[in-house]
Amino acid sequence: MFDLLEKLGSYCLYHVNQIGRMGMFLFYALLSIIRPPYKIYPIIRQTYLIGTLSIFVIIFIGAFTGMVLALQGYHTLSKFGAEGLLGSAVALSLIRELGPVLAAIILTGRAGSAMCAEIGVMRNSEQIDALECMAIDPYKYIMAPKFAAGIISMPLLTAIFIVVGIAGGYAVGVGMLGANEGMYFSSMYNDVTFDDVYMGIMKSLCFGVLIIAICSAKGYFVHLIRGGGFGAEGVSKATTDAVVLSCVTILLFDFIITSVLL
Amino acid sequence: MRKINVETGVGIFIIVGMLCLGYLSLKLGDVNLFGTEQYVLRAHFTNVSGLKEGAMVELAGVRIGKVSKIYLDDYEALVEMLLDPDVKLQEDAIASIRTQGIIGDKYIKIKTGGADEMIGKDGEIIETESAIELEELVSKYMFGKE
Amino acid sequence: MSERPVIEINGLRKTFGAIEVLKGVDLSIMEGKTTVIVGGSGQGKSLIIKHILGLIRPDSGSVQVYGKEMSNIGKKDLKEIRMDFGVLFQNSALFDSMTVFDNIALPLRERTHMSEEEISDIVNDKIEMMDIVGSNEKYPAQLSGGMRKRVGLARALVLKPRIIFFDEPTTGLDVAKSSELYRIFFHTQQQLKYTAVIVSHDVPKIFKLADYVALLNNGVIQGCLPPEEFQLSDDPVIKEFVETTMGPLYSGEMEV
Repeated sequence: MFDLLEKLGSYCLYHVNQIGRMGMFLFYALLSIIRPPYKIYPIIRQTYLIGTLSIFVIIFIGAFTGMVLALQGYHTLSKFGAEGLLGSAVALSLIRELGPVLAAIILTGRAGSAMCAEIGVMRNSEQIDALECMAIDPYKYIMAPKFAAGIISMPLLTAIFIVVGIAGGYAVGVGMLGANEGMYFSSMYNDVTFDDVYMGIMKSLCFGVLIIAICSAKGYFVHLIRGGGFGAEGVSKATTDAVVLSCVTILLFDFIITSVLL
Repeated sequence: MRKINVETGVGIFIIVGMLCLGYLSLKLGDVNLFGTEQYVLRAHFTNVSGLKEGAMVELAGVRIGKVSKIYLDDYEALVEMLLDPDVKLQEDAIASIRTQGIIGDKYIKIKTGGADEMIGKDGEIIETESAIELEELVSKYMFGKE
Repeated sequence: MSERPVIEINGLRKTFGAIEVLKGVDLSIMEGKTTVIVGGSGQGKSLIIKHILGLIRPDSGSVQVYGKEMSNIGKKDLKEIRMDFGVLFQNSALFDSMTVFDNIALPLRERTHMSEEEISDIVNDKIEMMDIVGSNEKYPAQLSGGMRKRVGLARALVLKPRIIFFDEPTTGLDVAKSSELYRIFFHTQQQLKYTAVIVSHDVPKIFKLADYVALLNNGVIQGCLPPEEFQLSDDPVIKEFVETTMGPLYSGEMEV
């Protein structure tokens, strides 16, 4: 009986501890972006890893998302004789929801997992300790460029995703299903307001910070994982955790941000 | 084949991303960066039920602007519209709230007037027709009163 | 150089989970001398170094470096003290994504305001000293274990630290490579006159370098003595350690 209580208690403590650690981590990391000295090259390098290398996946998935949206939307809308709204339906769902969320999930898989593993290995091979001993702030040196790159990349990737998705929707809706070309764009231009775009971009910004924070924190604290986090197993555990937690948090925050901004 | 170097890759990424972002906010989001300064007109309506901010303003079926703000002013609805600068409206133009299709959105339809005087910046369209509510029409027809 | 302690550890305790690893460690490290910490695996030898470096805070007890208490030091002071530290980690801890040159140059680039030419001079000087000329543009993954250690040592020396820590410097090296590393170590210490703290299993070879040998056993330091005295000590724990690690080969010699 007491054993059970003890287990419950230690479980809760562990998780509360972890949340606190992540909060502090995020705080220090964001602080370190603001603090001088500023170095451009590491940010460019990280932007390359996070952004440039993700373009093709983003384009691919964006195109297919738009295409399937048009396919589904067309069939549903044509029941009400409202095919004219296809453009705005595709664009609005991409801009407000699918673009930011899917781009964030792709980024988690493409860049977040790699980041977590990289930092985890750095921790395990004492590279982070080495930095500290050289009196180099690991937050400034490792985290700041990653966060900056994430903040730059995420909205841009989302924008690419949305535009490609709209084009994909156009290809299927107008090209394949024969929706009215003029209506596709005019309904889009009419119904999408700046608030929608703003919401999409805000979401993607928040998701970007969240992904980087969760993935790099999981790697950074790999040695504190319960049940021993050293070695390859620890890193693999941390990476799995990071990806799962990122995806869950993205969807959770998606709901929160939507309800706040709507 | 030579690998593209990091800087070029990032450059391409940023340019493509910025173009997409620009397309989204300028074209779809109606953000005006390039000085096509739209001007504001106001109109009082007794009822704007169903009209939303961002709704279209049309003249002869052509979009000439959008509704930017709706608020209450002395028990009447005051609607602010942002109109394209090259469209000038006459003093006696009529603004009426109409519906697109049966379930479609409400929009403001402008009918041109015949007066020589034009409404200037921050002016007001005096003649308005309010939203027609379907239920009211139905009840009027059925019960023959009010 | 006068014999004064630069690092003083008093009653250092550290518990991990239910296991008390360090149970009151007392140790003084003298300026300009080489102190070797020996002891069985998993006794927490590296842990002592991590405490001195300020990477881990003790549960109780004090760690003083140049008279400053490390357990409650401010961030700024810590940074300053660490400028005097050089560390060679167990597996070198080189940055995989950087070339050898960049690895060695990193502390200079991040911590000083030198121009790229000055940095290049210093780094090349160190590379020569370590006898690793010609691998500037290689990545750590392309180097052998011994080379990596040398790069690690070069990086540790580049800021002209006053104290250098070696965490198991010869683990994973063959006999010839480790002797070479010791030679390099000996030369550089003569040139640069730093204080050295070495954690090692490599008994008895390491005794040749040591000015003092400290045995960590069961969470406490069992005497910190010059190597000759250490080998002949009457303390039962030290005696046992000397006999088991050096084997009959040495116990024979000792009785002479």
